[in-house]
Amino acid sequence: MTEKQQGRGIGAQRSALLQVAVHVAALVPLAKLIWDGLNGNLTVNPIQEITVRTGDTALILLILSLACSPASSLLGIRAAIRWRRPLGLYAFLYASLHFLTFSVLDYGLNPVLLREAIFEKRYAIVGFAAFLLLIPLAVTSTRGWMRRLGKDWKKLHRLVYPAALLVIVHYVWLVKSDIRIPLAYGGAVVVLLALRTRPVKRAMARARDAARRARLGRQPEQGVRTAQNGVVGND
Amino acid sequence: MKIRSSEITSESVYLNRRQFISGAGAAVAGAMAIAACSPAPSPAAQVQPTTSAESSAEPPSTGAATDELGDPLTTFEAVTNYNNFYEFSTDKEAVAILSKDFVAEPWTISIGGLVNKPGTYGIEELLRQFPQEERIYRLRCVEAWSMVIPWLGFPLAALLRVVEPTSEASYVRFETLLDREQMPGQRSPWYEWPYVEGLRLDEAMHPLTLLSTGLYGKALLPQNGAPIRLVVPWKYGFKSIKSIVRIDLVAEQPTSLWMSAAPNEYGFYANVNPEVSHPRWSQASERRIGELGRRPTLPFNGYAEEVASLYENMDLRANY
Repeated sequence: MTEKQQGRGIGAQRSALLQVAVHVAALVPLAKLIWDGLNGNLTVNPIQEITVRTGDTALILLILSLACSPASSLLGIRAAIRWRRPLGLYAFLYASLHFLTFSVLDYGLNPVLLREAIFEKRYAIVGFAAFLLLIPLAVTSTRGWMRRLGKDWKKLHRLVYPAALLVIVHYVWLVKSDIRIPLAYGGAVVVLLALRTRPVKRAMARARDAARRARLGRQPEQGVRTAQNGVVGND
Repeated sequence: MKIRSSEITSESVYLNRRQFISGAGAAVAGAMAIAACSPAPSPAAQVQPTTSAESSAEPPSTGAATDELGDPLTTFEAVTNYNNFYEFSTDKEAVAILSKDFVAEPWTISIGGLVNKPGTYGIEELLRQFPQEERIYRLRCVEAWSMVIPWLGFPLAALLRVVEPTSEASYVRFETLLDREQMPGQRSPWYEWPYVEGLRLDEAMHPLTLLSTGLYGKALLPQNGAPIRLVVPWKYGFKSIKSIVRIDLVAEQPTSLWMSAAPNEYGFYANVNPEVSHPRWSQASERRIGELGRRPTLPFNGYAEEVASLYENMDLRANY
């Protein structure tokens, strides 16, 4: 038992360290933005640069937060499920900064220009819609809200998928001609979305079982830990 | 005693256009040298750009501090480090770095098509033949940012008069150098290289339309379109084609690179127009580089008085 306890101690330490690392990594882009801002390194078009950087970071963190569940259930990186909430919330932080940069810094909250910019241009409409979808998710990300909403919490938080797809559309409609980068992000979102669909999940489970049977067949003495299906979608 | 021109005209900082028109003398007018609409080059404004060999040593200089609307010039730093020049990169800050070793000499422009006197001109020849003037123009990018730039150059009309367009010539077609070695961006399959632009003949002959060989008193740097480029201040920046090697007078409307890349987004005319949005974003306002926030975009980029008559009876919504 002592050996096992010791192992768990190290594991807990490592996972706490990883948890800190996730927070630090998510804050690095913001720190760099502030640092570059103070040092005048945001190009001669700083509002553009801030808009692009906060938008990019928000999208990357959103995709990473979507990757947490599959990383945990399919790849067996159990700790990943605990990174999902902070990554999602940081994605929302950057999305908020992105929206504030656009509406306050860039348009100075000018109602006429803003109305035209948001509601008459499709890229802005879908970006704005994605941001609106993320608001209830950020608000209900606490344990209290999870308890209060029960099963509905999971349903509500599926909104993250339409939100992510809208962000991709927002990006595709923004770029001039070369849409490879937004499409690459889009590919990641689609793959992560596909991993949640029932047929893919069933196929993965079958493959896992087959692999386990094959391994057990060869080395019956070695125990194999199975990934838990139940982890998907539950924090 | 030697006095730099920038010192002589520092007074212009304090003059807005109204005062300038009513009070200031011809010398200041010449130094301000604007676009202000005088078609005849004023002798006081004639300057020779330093050659590229000296240019790194010479500090950037200009005869004025503002445009005719009183807007301050964009800094030399910003003008030479924030560039849309897809031949080098789609990253505006990478263009200056990637074009650093671009060799722009020797350079010739061939002028042909529907003209009586086609010819090939070396840059030195053009500089000798056509007096250089400083013109302070606003540059409005289709991406909704803008600058105020003191260009050096000569009216395209002067060159066109020499080659004598024939009566069939209705348009002018411009072409940028095609050189995949020096211009790595031209390996991108997303665009039909070389860069092509066009103007209607009357637009090309307009006194505001400039062939530029320099800015801030220095020869053009590669990132700004060395050694010679077009500047059409009332149109979106992409019309002002860079590093020109060929000019042809033609009968049919040329198809520009941007027209073939996205025909529903980039038209032939591309006049700055706050009323007509780009299909994907508004053109009603712009970010002036060096300022925070936005300012309203002016019809024809503030040159409506001079050029609006070119488009009388034209539907500017259809002809975007």
